[in-house]
Amino acid sequence: MTVVAGVDVGSTQTKAVILHPQRRILGRAIVDTGARLTDAARRAFQLALEDADVSERTVAYIVGTGYGRFRVEFGHTQVTEISCHARGAVFLFPRTRTVLDIGGQDTKAIRVGPEGQVLDFCMNDKCSAGTGRFLGAASAALELPLGELGPLALTARHPVAITNTCTVFAESEILGWLARGRRVEDVLMGVHAAIASRSISLVRRVGIEPELTFTGGVARNVAMVKLIGDLVGGPVNVSEESHFCGAIGAALFALDHVLGAGAQALPGVATSAVAGGEAP
Amino acid sequence: MTAQAQELVGATRKESRRLLDGWWQAMTAAAGDGRPTAYVFVMGSFNELLRVFDFVLNFPEITALQTAVRGQSGVYLQAAEDYGFSPDICGYVKVDVGLQLKGGEHPHGRVPRPALVLATNMCNTYVKWAEFWEHHYGCPVFVLDLPAWRGAGAAPDPADPAFQRDRRYVEGQLRELIALCERVTGRRFDIDRLRESMAETNRMAALYHEVLALNRHRPAPFNAAREGITYQGIANLYRGAPEGTRFFALARDELRERIRLGLGTVPDERFRLLLAGTACYTHFKRFVELFEAWGGVFVLSTYMIFAGGGFVPGFGYDLTRPLESLAEQMLQAAWWGFTGAMFYPQEWLADAVRDWDVDGICLHGVKSCRTTSTGLPDVREWLRTQRDTPGLFIQSDLVDARLWSDAQIKNRVDAFFEALAARKAGAGR
Repeated sequence: MTVVAGVDVGSTQTKAVILHPQRRILGRAIVDTGARLTDAARRAFQLALEDADVSERTVAYIVGTGYGRFRVEFGHTQVTEISCHARGAVFLFPRTRTVLDIGGQDTKAIRVGPEGQVLDFCMNDKCSAGTGRFLGAASAALELPLGELGPLALTARHPVAITNTCTVFAESEILGWLARGRRVEDVLMGVHAAIASRSISLVRRVGIEPELTFTGGVARNVAMVKLIGDLVGGPVNVSEESHFCGAIGAALFALDHVLGAGAQALPGVATSAVAGGEAP
Repeated sequence: MTAQAQELVGATRKESRRLLDGWWQAMTAAAGDGRPTAYVFVMGSFNELLRVFDFVLNFPEITALQTAVRGQSGVYLQAAEDYGFSPDICGYVKVDVGLQLKGGEHPHGRVPRPALVLATNMCNTYVKWAEFWEHHYGCPVFVLDLPAWRGAGAAPDPADPAFQRDRRYVEGQLRELIALCERVTGRRFDIDRLRESMAETNRMAALYHEVLALNRHRPAPFNAAREGITYQGIANLYRGAPEGTRFFALARDELRERIRLGLGTVPDERFRLLLAGTACYTHFKRFVELFEAWGGVFVLSTYMIFAGGGFVPGFGYDLTRPLESLAEQMLQAAWWGFTGAMFYPQEWLADAVRDWDVDGICLHGVKSCRTTSTGLPDVREWLRTQRDTPGLFIQSDLVDARLWSDAQIKNRVDAFFEALAARKAGAGR
């Protein structure tokens, strides 16, 4: 059996997915990215192969995505995570027309077509306010594991207003609220609300068209899903696979390539080494 | 390639270097011999009037951007910040402040002290910047007040009585400026010399628009974000002078030759783009490369219009009434500069998208310049919803390398091209 793979090297975590030619996810893996991007990519890929119970020899094509996509040195080509999340979201929820991806240092709002093609996108400024890093800062300041933030935030009764747009300064603001005696859950909900508000502003820029699919690591946070839903005034698609959405999209592009159209199936290929090479 | 063609291809580049060197030689000489120097800005040009009095012209925006292209703006920014300027303040201002604090020493030569400072209110920072020089040198500052046009998006109409009132107001200020120039230089105003200089500008403006129009050709013979910047520089520095007219005649001839030879600015032009906003001078080469790597070419920019010396569409001085006409053109340029090209350029851009056969628009916001960045989301939204023109929004800075984030900008550029490629592929099915 021939399979394909997508490897998403994000700023915080690296995800890999092995896809069957009939578009079934056979295996997946996630590891912390750390400082050695190529090693992380290789490790995630190997773990995904083990999870799928297939050998590397069976992998016909590999697409790298994410910030470290050019470090997937065993891959065949690269596609940005914007295109991959769009593709992955429509794979998971075929009626998706808007995608919100909150990652470690980027938040992306993408308007997509029925085949997962990117029609428009907006991303956060180069500042990381309103991204997963913001939650990371809260987790550190409150000494709580990331996985506990969402459920605890949902118990808030009087959320505070986090006014700082700077992730670093937000940490001191969190401590400031705690020093004034506010409850942890109220402070946490304030943090979540600040992220949701900034994220939804990006979505509005591309135009909210149902269905909205929420992807990326932050989509696992229940409080964030609720807040996003409240802000758009409707349901939000979230899948168990949301965290792997970029890698799934990358694997789908790999599959397109294998199934027929070759390079033409990819969303676009740079014509010179400048775009393909890593930034200096 | 014939000998004549060989001579033409690349001639504009050589000539632009010669002219830029000539400008710096004049500035450096003036720093030594004290010939009167006027500090002026690219938006709201007084060139024709100042040439009558033989001022050396210093364009601080151009000297600032040149430090960035040379990779040396950081030293000047640091000097200004050490002096007390916030990182949020316009990078051009800070580079210039740093330059003045360092005695005018610049990688290209030496900037002379100002005998006179001229500004308009086309950029709100100009006035404060001019005050810095006034404070630092004790030189006279003249701020020309250009009334904002009250046309709610419509271009100024010279036949409108309100426009004529504005024109008289500006003309009155120009007469005050003439008296000030006479006092500073000890020379008498000569309206025939003004007329001659304005006639040169008319010729140069016609050639400038011809050059812009030649880029409608496919493949485009020049990149508006690279060669276009040089054209802008020469248009500002040599406005009203015969050297400027000759330069643009040469540029036109070279571009015609490149078209005849089929020489595009990239070997394989795949995407034609319009740049809304300014260049990024700290990463001047890299910025263009990120797009060219995908076969993307900037065929036109709004920058070439609003900072190109005020050569707005329909530009032309009426030489039978020089001062009135100068005032009228300043008002028109002001509308384009601080309103038309930033908040209400949609119809013009939509026409440009059609005429230059544009696939997508890149909107480049400048972190330290609110004036050029504020209207960009409106432009993006309008073109997206009304004309289905894809838009890419990126941010960096004119001269502050700390505000360039390569990985993030590259990511956005790559994603934009992936989407454009998918769009083209979809259209072809």
